Order: sequence, then structure tokens, then C-alpha cells
Amino acid sequence: MTSKRGFAVALFAGALAALVPGAARAQGQLTVYCSVQEEWCRPMMAAFERATGIRVAMTRKSSGETMTQIRAEATNPRGDVWWGGTGDPHMQAAEENLTLEYRSPRLAELHDWAVRQAQQANYRTVGIYAGALGYSYNVPELQRRRIEAPRCWADLIKPAFRGEVQVADPNTSGTAYTLLATIVQLMGEEPAFDYLKALHRNVNQYTRSGAAPARAAATGESVVGITFLHDAVTQKVNGAPVEIVAPCEGTGYEIGSMSIIRGARNLDNAKRFFDWALSAEAQAIGAEAKSYQLPSNRNAPIPPEAPRFENIKLIDYDFARWGSAAERTRLLTRWDREVRAAAR
Amino acid sequence: MGALSLARIALACAAFGLLIPPWYGLESGFASWPGGEAAPLAVLLAGGAAWWLWPVPLILLASAPSLLAHRAEGRLLIACGAGVIAWVFLQGWAIGLPGTVWSIAAPFVGDASQPALGWGATFLLTGAVGLLSAGLAAQGRFNGDAFVSFLVVGSAALLIAFVFAPLLTILSAAAVEDGRIAPEAMLARLTAHEAWSLACVTSSLGCGVVWNTLALATLTGVLSTLLGLAFALLSARANLHLGGAFRALAILPLITPPFVVSLSLIVLFGRTGMVTEALSALFGIPRSRWIYGLPGVLLAQLLAFTPIAYLLLEGAVRQIAPSLEEAASTMGARRFTVFRTVTWPLLRPGLAAAFLLGFVESLSDFGNPLVLGGDFDVLATRIFFAIAGARHDPGRAAALALLLLGLTFGAFALQTAWLGKRRYVTVTGKGDAGVPSPLPRGLAIACGAVAFPWMAFTAIVYAIIMLGAFVHDIGRSDMTFTWRHYITAFEVEWFQGLVFRGAAWDSLFTTIEVAAISAPLTAGLGILLAWLLARQAFPGRRTLEFLAMLSFAIPGTVVGVSYIMAFNVPPLELTGTSLILIICFVFRNLPVGVRGGIAALAQIDRSLDEASATMGGGAVATLRRVILPLMRPAIIAALAYSFVHAMTAVSAVIFLVSARHNLATVYIVGRVEAGEIALAIAYSSVLILIMLAVVLGIDKLVGRAQIGRRAPAGAMQTAPVPVTA
Repeated sequence: MTSKRGFAVALFAGALAALVPGAARAQGQLTVYCSVQEEWCRPMMAAFERATGIRVAMTRKSSGETMTQIRAEATNPRGDVWWGGTGDPHMQAAEENLTLEYRSPRLAELHDWAVRQAQQANYRTVGIYAGALGYSYNVPELQRRRIEAPRCWADLIKPAFRGEVQVADPNTSGTAYTLLATIVQLMGEEPAFDYLKALHRNVNQYTRSGAAPARAAATGESVVGITFLHDAVTQKVNGAPVEIVAPCEGTGYEIGSMSIIRGARNLDNAKRFFDWALSAEAQAIGAEAKSYQLPSNRNAPIPPEAPRFENIKLIDYDFARWGSAAERTRLLTRWDREVRAAAR
Repeated sequence: MGALSLARIALACAAFGLLIPPWYGLESGFASWPGGEAAPLAVLLAGGAAWWLWPVPLILLASAPSLLAHRAEGRLLIACGAGVIAWVFLQGWAIGLPGTVWSIAAPFVGDASQPALGWGATFLLTGAVGLLSAGLAAQGRFNGDAFVSFLVVGSAALLIAFVFAPLLTILSAAAVEDGRIAPEAMLARLTAHEAWSLACVTSSLGCGVVWNTLALATLTGVLSTLLGLAFALLSARANLHLGGAFRALAILPLITPPFVVSLSLIVLFGRTGMVTEALSALFGIPRSRWIYGLPGVLLAQLLAFTPIAYLLLEGAVRQIAPSLEEAASTMGARRFTVFRTVTWPLLRPGLAAAFLLGFVESLSDFGNPLVLGGDFDVLATRIFFAIAGARHDPGRAAALALLLLGLTFGAFALQTAWLGKRRYVTVTGKGDAGVPSPLPRGLAIACGAVAFPWMAFTAIVYAIIMLGAFVHDIGRSDMTFTWRHYITAFEVEWFQGLVFRGAAWDSLFTTIEVAAISAPLTAGLGILLAWLLARQAFPGRRTLEFLAMLSFAIPGTVVGVSYIMAFNVPPLELTGTSLILIICFVFRNLPVGVRGGIAALAQIDRSLDEASATMGGGAVATLRRVILPLMRPAIIAALAYSFVHAMTAVSAVIFLVSARHNLATVYIVGRVEAGEIALAIAYSSVLILIMLAVVLGIDKLVGRAQIGRRAPAGAMQTAPVPVTA
């Protein structure tokens, strides 16, 4: 009998141990799903705890994973606020009625692009930062090949860059989908797909993660990496020999967003966090955490390393149209069929 | 154990669950017990709440009189046990948290709502399972042994709840489109071009994911088995005295978190990697990107899975009774003939198990293809991105999961066909006094030629990992020494007591807790199941085996999403707790415990059981006195494997971690994603040290199996001189 009893004891002890940490659920707390880098998530939550005394439980996951989790938890939500991450999944969550409409009193302090995005989502999400799309190239590798420094989107389809461009797969990465939608808006759909087919010949690998090409360009694994500019800035600040390019034809951008999850268990605290996260002092934390996006509050200090929007030619990005599930599926299916499936 | 005593214990357990612990799941602790949120069912019923649960105590009461009168009436007990289980779940599904879920129940209960089942319900259900199995035993099933009956019914119930039901939940999604059932959509998904395309044969385009996955898994399975065999033969049969170092280096990859080996491979063989640069500078070999794709993933998987094959095969080699080989050489066979005709055939179950393990691990590996895959896609990553990618399509993911299941079952079928119905018993009750024959010289040289370079390679890969943790950025060859990464992760401060400031502490503590709880549970349940499957004959044995091995074939990503779908709403609400992590690990790692147990039992002769039974030992006594001591190696392997896998798993738990219970590996994946490779490597090195300590500790604590064998040459005082022909 001893072995069975021992097993039962172990089972019971295990059950008890599992019970204890989950048992205490104090008042005054908040669960945040965070979809930016860890270094930014942590000081953000710590600052909010200091400012309000509300205890924050934070999980960091990419925006795709968070979206999946929120969708799966829809009947019994666990999280209260979803903070950060590219705007498309936030728009999609708004479209699927997974998030709650909330008009923060601080909307007046925000840049126009943030307010416009909130309007398009019926105030179910709001912009907290923005980042423009572009690319970075490895200077020594470029010189070694004696290629002229690229300045435009059109430069990337030159034969000199054959097998030297890296970009993420739009099926898995919001960044790459932004590129797809940007090129379509910039050139019109048919020329855009001609361009993408030409680019395909130069692409050495479609990575899964959106920021990975910046790292590849930094280490020289690839000469050019197409990413959001702030990801490339992070590499450059860390000492990588890269140059950052905001393409001459104009480029698209993402709006990192924040939403309150429908059915949030701590709704009042969620709203307090929402208001606080839009304030200038909360948005100043990003720069300290080496995240060089542009904050959405007009009064928030802009990090000196951040690519300034006034120096970049931005297109008039239609987030509602290109963020919708139908349009996304159509574009991605066409990209899969005509670009990805083509020979190199 | 008799049916009567089991039924009485079960009834007491159910009564305890009824009267003492809180019936519903808790949001805020035991504070309000015995009233309020934490009330037991008895208090709820007495207060008029949850009146639809009245049948539960009534059914239980019906079984009591005959038990008190020292009679175990089979049919009655079965009806009571099954009745309670059925009623608890039916009412749980019908009346949920948001209100009445089944409209059919609405006229009776109105708009009632209830939270998820809690500890009271857990005890009550355990008792009900006990009653049911006592009833079956009383009817003469399982040879009337109530202990066996309880184990079978109990483990079947657990397997159905935590393996089969979640799987059904997600697979039903394969046949659903736009909220309705569409078989034609399912057919289209299963035969999709992305899965079956053969374009790579005729053009430069990639092939379908099924072919990619199959090619990778077959290569990994075959090569890891061969490498593992070389190591096993050298360590078990060649007098090399490399013991500890050999074992540690072979085990290192086993205890490495995923991604890390891949990162090291990129540092070495990437286009700007160290080896690549050196080859380019010295020999002018152009720098290419070959590592991204099949070769890179294969290399990473071999590094990761060869040790598993080695551990399995080493056990198998040691279990071969040397007297057979001795008999062969006595009769004049040369060393190589002995190996070919005796040792090799007896190794077949071990080889099959090792291949199968490598094959299936490769199928469900997710980390290495993610980092090194390049354009080479496999099913596991495709499924992950069908669920978590920019285009969310659970139906497509479920169909791809079905294909993956098909591949795994195919492998199992092949294994069965190859092993056939032969017997591989060599450890018998008669004892064995043979000396293992040394390896044939040619074979020993061949094994060494394969194993030692591989060991050197492994050592280099690990040196890179250790180095990477102490320098600024190994990926860009910035080799200035720094403690920075360790300080970020593991900073400790003395401020009115010890404060754990580092970013990694939370996840590290949770990981160790979860792994330490789930490992003994996995090993215990696994060995019990193995014993049931190998030694007991009962109807439904094949089904139970299928259920026990099923979770092996399900890729982690699918398990994660299916768990979150199945256990997020009452009656079983587990998401956001550490319990769901423990359960996930126990049932994911269970197959290895079972497999190892069955393999060990296949080599222990039944006559030992029979001897025990003849001398009056029941199932419990035989298990404890005879089987378990002989199965120590299998138990160690199961403990070590489940602990290590609980600390290194990623794909299943990436959806299950919550803000409060984060895991080390998920944290590391986040670091890798952010390009913080050095921090990831630093944290991984700490995990590696912890796991190494634990694995060696388990080994010391539980000890090696002592099978009575003569000491090998050298200690010859008692051994008779071998006759040379």
C-alpha cells in the first residue's frame, strides 16, 4: 500500500501547493497584457503601481498571441487591458467586439493620427505610439559588395540586391502586412504586386517575426532588413553598423494601440490605467526603455534618436480599410498565390 | 484489495467532499468558509442554493446500506458511481457562469448560474470513480481485483478529461466554417496544396509542409537513433572509463531550453558566423545561408534528441542478459557474429523506441524550426501561425493538426509491424551470471569515430552558449566581458529583507515549482499505467494504451490552444492557475513514462509476478516488492525526463501562462523575439545548471538498478574461468 499512499500524498501535496498561490486575489488590482518589449513593459507597470497603488499583473506576449488568447478567453476574460502592439490586431479585436468602447478625457491631448485611429475603431482602441516603416542596411557588407546606398523602395528591387533583402512573412507578422498594405496604397494594387514580385526575387528569407530583419541587418546575415524604423534604431543605438532609410517615395506606419477588454474584471482600474497610459509622463517611459517610437501625447518628450515624422514622407494610411479582416484575407491570399508561390 | 473495502473508502471520500471542502472554485481564498463563496455542497443544499444538485447526495446515500451490511453489490455500485459523475457534469454544462447554457434546462432552473467546480467536487468525483470501479471489481471484472480496477477506471477518467476531451474540442473546429459544420471545407483543408505540393521535385519551389515534416522527422529519427546507439554501446560495453564526463555531455542537450542550440548554431554557422568567417578567410569558401532550412533544423534537432535516444538505448543495452551472449561465444561465435545475431536482435525494441521518440519529438518540435527554419516550413510552425499569426484560422490549424496526428500514428503502426510478436525477455527469475561481451573491434572504432567528433561538436556549441552569457553581444562578435546580462536577470537587493529585483526571478520560481510538482506525478502515473498495460489483461486495454500515448502525438501548440478552449469555462475552469500548467505537463510527458515503463517491463519475466502471486502476494504487493525495485531505471528516466521537459517546454504553455504564473521558457522566447539573445542565453545557462543539479540528484537519490550480475573481468576471485573454445 505504501507506494499508493505515497502517490496519493504527493498528489494531494501537489494539489495544495497549486492552490495556494492562486487563492489570494486582493482588491485593487489589474491584469495587463503587454505587447511591446519586456524592457518597456516592466517600468511601465512599476510606474503605474507607484502612481496609483494598484497592483498590476502583467503578461508579455506578441500581439498575435495576445489576440489569440483574448479570442479564446472571450466567454470568460482574464485580462483587463491590452497595452501595446501594432494597431491591426487591436482594430480586429474592436471589429470582433472583443474590446470595450471608452473615450478617455485625455483624447484632446493626443496627436491627430491617434485620434483619427480611435474614431475609425469607434473608440474601442486608441493609439499610444507610432512608428514608420522603412529599412536598414549593413554598411560594411554594402561596401564590400560595392553597392550604391539605397534611398527608395525602388532601389530594393535592383539586381544588385539579389538574395540580400530580408522581410517578415505578412501571414505571421503585422510589420510585413503593413509593408504589403503600404505598397498597395502607395502604388495602386496592380503595380504594387508587380513590385512585390520583383522584390520576392531579392528576398533571401521571409522571417516570422517582424523585428527579426533588423537584427539580421545588424549582424550582416542580410544586407537589407525591412522593418519599422524604431526597431532598426534600437540596433543602431546598441552599436550595430547600420544606416536607417525612410524611403523617398513615402511610407506607411503603424499605430501601437491600447484597448480595454470586454468583460474586464477590474473595469474601473482598467480605465484608470487607460487614462494614465495616455499621459505625457507615462509615455516618456518608452524612451528610457530604449524604445524609439513616437509617443501619441503631444506633450510627451520625443526621444532624440527617434525617427521624426516631420522628416519622413508619410502616406495617408487607411487603418479601417486595410485593417479589416476581409481586406486582409484577400490581400494575403493574393500575396500567397502570386508572390510567395513564384520562383525566385 | 477487495471490492468492499475500496467501496467504503470511496464512499468516505465522497462524503468528505460533500461535507468539508468548498464545492465551487475559489476566487478569493478560504476566508468565508464554511459559508459564502467557500461553502461545501452540504451547506449550499441546506441553505436552499444549488437545489439541482440534490440528486448527488441521494444517489450516494443509496449505495450506503449494502456497504454497511458488508455486501458489495456490483450493479448498484456501478450505477451510483456512474450516476454521480454523469449528473455533476451534465448540470455543470447545463448551468454555467453566465447563466443557463442549455435551453432545455431553462424551464426547470430558470436563469440560474454557478461558477466552476472546486475541491469539494474533486473529492466527490474521486469517490464516485472509486464506487464505479469497486462495482466493476465486485462483478468479477479485472479478476476481481479492486486495486487494478480503480487504477484503470481512474486513469481512464483522467485521460479522457485532460487528453481526449480537449482534443475533440479543437478537432471539431476542423469541420466548422463560419459557425456551421461543413464536411466539404474539412476535405478541402485536408487535401490543401500547401500540405501536399510536390513542387520541390521539379522546380526550385518549396514542397508541401507534410513532405517537409516527414523528411525532417525521418532524418532526425534515424540519425539520432544511430548516434544514440554509438554512444550507448561505447558507454555500456567499451571499457573507456569516461563515465561521468561522457554522461554529462550526452545529457547536456537534453536539459537545454529550446532556441538556445539554434542561437548557438547561428553564431557558429550563420552567414557572419565564426566558422563561416574562418572558412571564408582561410579557404575562400563563399559565405552562404545554408544553416537556414532543413540542414540547420536537422542539426539542432539532432543535438537536442540524440541524448534521449542514448538514454533509452543505454538502458536497453544494459538490460540484455549477458549469459546469452556468453553462450554464443562459448559455442565459438566470433565477437561480431555475437553482436549481429544476439545483441542486435535483442536491441530491436530499444531501437524502435528510440527512433519513434526522435521521429515524434521532431514532429512536434517548434522552437528550432521557428529560429532556423528560414523558408523551410513544418507542420508545427504552420499550425502555430495559423492560430497566432496575422491570419487567424483555427479550422486550417485543426486540419493541419489532423495531418500531424496521421503521421504520428503511421509511425506507431510501423513500429508495431517491425517488432512483430517476438519475445524480448532476457531478465528472468533464474538470475543471470554472465559477463557482457565487449564490442567487436571494428564496431568499437566505428562508434568512437562517430561519437567523439559529435561530443566535441556538442562541447563547442555549449561553449558558445556559456561564452555568450558573459560577453556584450556574441552575435556581432562584441566580446567584451560583462556581468550585465546576469545582473538584469538575477539582481538581488537587501532592502528590509531580501528583494528579488531581477527580471527573471518570478518566472524562475514558478517554473521550478511547477516542474517539481509535475515530475513525481508524471513518473508515478506513468509507471502505474505501464504496469497496467504490460501486466494486466482487461477489456479496453488497447483503448487505454491509445489514450495514454495520444498526447505524445499532439503538437504542443495544439494542446495549448485546446486547453484554453476546453478549460476556460465552468464546470472545469483552470486557466490562469498554475494547476493548468501542472496538468498540461503531467499529461504531455506521461507517454514517455509509460513507454519507458513498458519497455522495462518487457524485459522482466512474468514468472517473477507469478512467483509473487503463488506465494500469496496481491497486485499491490507484487508491484511494490518485485516490479518497482526492478524498474528503478525506468522510474529515474521518467522523473528526470518529466522534470526537464516541464522546465524546457514552450509550445504548449505559451498560451497557458498568465500574468501571475509565467514560465522561464516563455520569458526566454520573449527575449529571443526582442533580439536580446545574450540575456536569453544567460538565463538559459542558469536553467541548465539547475536542471543538471536536479537530474544528477535524482540519479543519486533513487539509485541504479541492482540486477544480480557477476563483476566483470578484474574481480575474478569468485567467477569461474570462462571456457575458451
